[in-house]
Amino acid sequence: MLDLEIERTFDRYRDLLEDLSFPAVRRWKEANPGRKAVGFFPVYAPVEILHAAGMLPVGLAGAGDRLDIQHADARFGSFICSIIKTTLEMGMTGHLEPFEGLLFSSICDSARNLAFVMKRNFPQKYIDFLHLPHNPSSPASVEFLAAEYRRLIGELTTIGGDFNDDKLRASIALFNRQRELVRRLYALRAASPHLLRAWECYVVVRAGNVMPVEEHIALLEQVAASAPRRGAKKRDSLRVVVEGAFCEQPPLEVIRLIEEAGCDIVEDDFALAPRWFTEDVPSAGDPVLALAEAYVNRSVYSSVRHDFRKPRWLGLAEKTKVSRADAVIFLMAKFCEPAYFDYVPFKQQVELMGLPHLALEYEEKLFTFERLRTEVETFVESLVFD
Amino acid sequence: MAEKSEYRGNIHQRQKQLMLDWYARLEQAAEGGEPKTCSLMVSGNCVELLEAFGIVPIYPEVNALQLAIRHQSLDPILAAEEMGYAADNCAYVKADIGCLLKGITPTGTRLPEKPTLVLCNFVGCNTYLKWFEHVAKFTGAPLYVIDVPFLRTAEPSKEDVAYVVKQLQELVALLEKLTGRKFDPDRFRHAVECSARSEELWSRIKHLAKVTPSPFDAYFDAITLMGPLYVYRATQEGVDFFAQALAELEAKRFAGEGIYERERFRLVMEGPPPYPYFRTFRDMFAKWQATAVASTYSTVGGLWEFGFRHDPAQPFESVAMHMIAQNVTNRNMLQRYDQMQRYMEEWKADGVIIHFVKSCRLFSAGQGDMRDYFSKQLGVPTLYIESDLEDPRYFAEAQTRNRIDAFFEALEHSKAHPRAKAEPKKGAQLCVLPQA
Repeated sequence: MLDLEIERTFDRYRDLLEDLSFPAVRRWKEANPGRKAVGFFPVYAPVEILHAAGMLPVGLAGAGDRLDIQHADARFGSFICSIIKTTLEMGMTGHLEPFEGLLFSSICDSARNLAFVMKRNFPQKYIDFLHLPHNPSSPASVEFLAAEYRRLIGELTTIGGDFNDDKLRASIALFNRQRELVRRLYALRAASPHLLRAWECYVVVRAGNVMPVEEHIALLEQVAASAPRRGAKKRDSLRVVVEGAFCEQPPLEVIRLIEEAGCDIVEDDFALAPRWFTEDVPSAGDPVLALAEAYVNRSVYSSVRHDFRKPRWLGLAEKTKVSRADAVIFLMAKFCEPAYFDYVPFKQQVELMGLPHLALEYEEKLFTFERLRTEVETFVESLVFD
Repeated sequence: MAEKSEYRGNIHQRQKQLMLDWYARLEQAAEGGEPKTCSLMVSGNCVELLEAFGIVPIYPEVNALQLAIRHQSLDPILAAEEMGYAADNCAYVKADIGCLLKGITPTGTRLPEKPTLVLCNFVGCNTYLKWFEHVAKFTGAPLYVIDVPFLRTAEPSKEDVAYVVKQLQELVALLEKLTGRKFDPDRFRHAVECSARSEELWSRIKHLAKVTPSPFDAYFDAITLMGPLYVYRATQEGVDFFAQALAELEAKRFAGEGIYERERFRLVMEGPPPYPYFRTFRDMFAKWQATAVASTYSTVGGLWEFGFRHDPAQPFESVAMHMIAQNVTNRNMLQRYDQMQRYMEEWKADGVIIHFVKSCRLFSAGQGDMRDYFSKQLGVPTLYIESDLEDPRYFAEAQTRNRIDAFFEALEHSKAHPRAKAEPKKGAQLCVLPQA
């Protein structure tokens, strides 16, 4: 009974993620008339600030295979990743209508240009670009980011946000709770992958991007309480870290096929926003400064965040050690330059550690998976029978 | 018959000599450890600060384009792909890394294997962050990143400027440590003063293209002049070079000389050129006696034609301002549309050529929207073509030629049969550039 119930939960949130009409956002807006929803493009946004301003932060993730590209190809052309085009297409076909604002940040050149193309094409929306610092070794970076956040707060206030420091402290505490629960689910998954499959964990965590945080916390609590009591049996699988799918998301089928081919995905960098910080953001003192300080000093390593105090490949090395991984799968979105670039030093690091690795490429709108399945199966077989 | 357009005046010879001298100094550094060297990126560079320490800049992009123009880029690109770089990674990076691995240099002279510092003056281009991180990893050289806030508002905020100034000061401390030399504020001010003078001269050259016929091509010829602009701007040699260039081009203007016997079309060019087919590409425009009167690519190093100058009274602040707001790559798409619109109007151009380069998403992502804005909203004849700036595999010569020919045929027809010019639609003014 418990197993059936928890499986239904996963299916329900998979459906929610695939629904391009943002049903949870619409429900929230109906229940909170006059309040605004702000969508943010991956990977990270200071959701606490949006929440504290009385708005609903919503993580965008393109449209997968659920939208035909009619207009966006002509605007972005060849050699540009899919999420850029499906996000623009969503705008051009009315799918972003629930959002009064859209936020972008300094993750890559295509996303940055998209922000301004959006600004021209949707002049009625509040569209902003946040410059998240790339030189955390400079003591000035915290102060700069705090100023950038204050600029954002000013803009949000202009479009009807109602903000004060106490509200921000409360929002920080709430999102700390969310992240703590997400960390707990990841720990459970790494310790007992049979109790929480990677795709299950993924839909539950990513759901946090498209629903109010208060409801998401309730969902996480429910899963954290029930998953350990499931009757699932242990499998003998390869423990793998999946790296590279931090922005455009792979179809759920790809995550499932990696598992079905004989892997336990024990760590990944999917949908990083709900688990961006490695530890709690302090909620005492100046909360804007605290949030800025957390970005500079307490963020996860990611291919879109540059911290030359500690190279990202050492972050990956640590991740494989902590999760006791047997192998690494690089899962990269087609035309994703940050992932392509990181692949080279990441691969060198993994080889230095003697770990086998496999590189796969996907697009969010992929619909035949046989080639990928064969590649993963061959990889697993070569290791298992080695 | 294709018309050859290449202008070979004294300035081109002088430019060639200056660049050879630069490579000779880098070879000297490679052999004896002196002068000290620093890798940095062209766009929004802070060469003034290096000049204050007597450090010679290394520009990996200039090396990459020199390779491509000499048809030597494919081998290093393939070497980088073999080590794991993707077909869709920036080919400038691949060519540079491939050269590092294989010990190739564009002129055959040695380059320092390990620069004194790898300085990522990140302005707008995320690829630079990765590129310079990799260069530092592969050479073992120390790395410093100047994080330059992207120009996401009309003007930089005082916090944006303060952030960059603080990092420049951190860089000064680091350079003192790495070179063992004390920072000399007078030498820095002098470098900034030289830059201001070079920029004034360069800006006057750019404005010469406003006359008909234009005495030079503000895309193809401007590229020739851009090397000294990055390497020598902050020195007396640079000032002298640009004074000579201005004098030579002014003489052409007073004589009423254009590039062709008759200048038939005036263009605004957007995007970097296809360096592996530079001459072929240029000849495709020469065939139609079309002159570029302005180009966005020639403002990668700085937007001086709109009035900005480095300021010796505020050396750090003006270097920061240049990095944040006064180069095309750190400005947003809509500000670029605005810049091109001003070129169309003030430089009196007939059309826009948008060259999408696969390698450079900074320039190219969203250029379809730019085409839409110019052709539909402003009613400007616009041509969109695709290739690459470094990788010869992406240049489809026949197709590119056909598209260019078709564009000029249509443009010729519309010039012969002018329709009432459509008024720009309401809201077409996107943002405001400083007045010249």
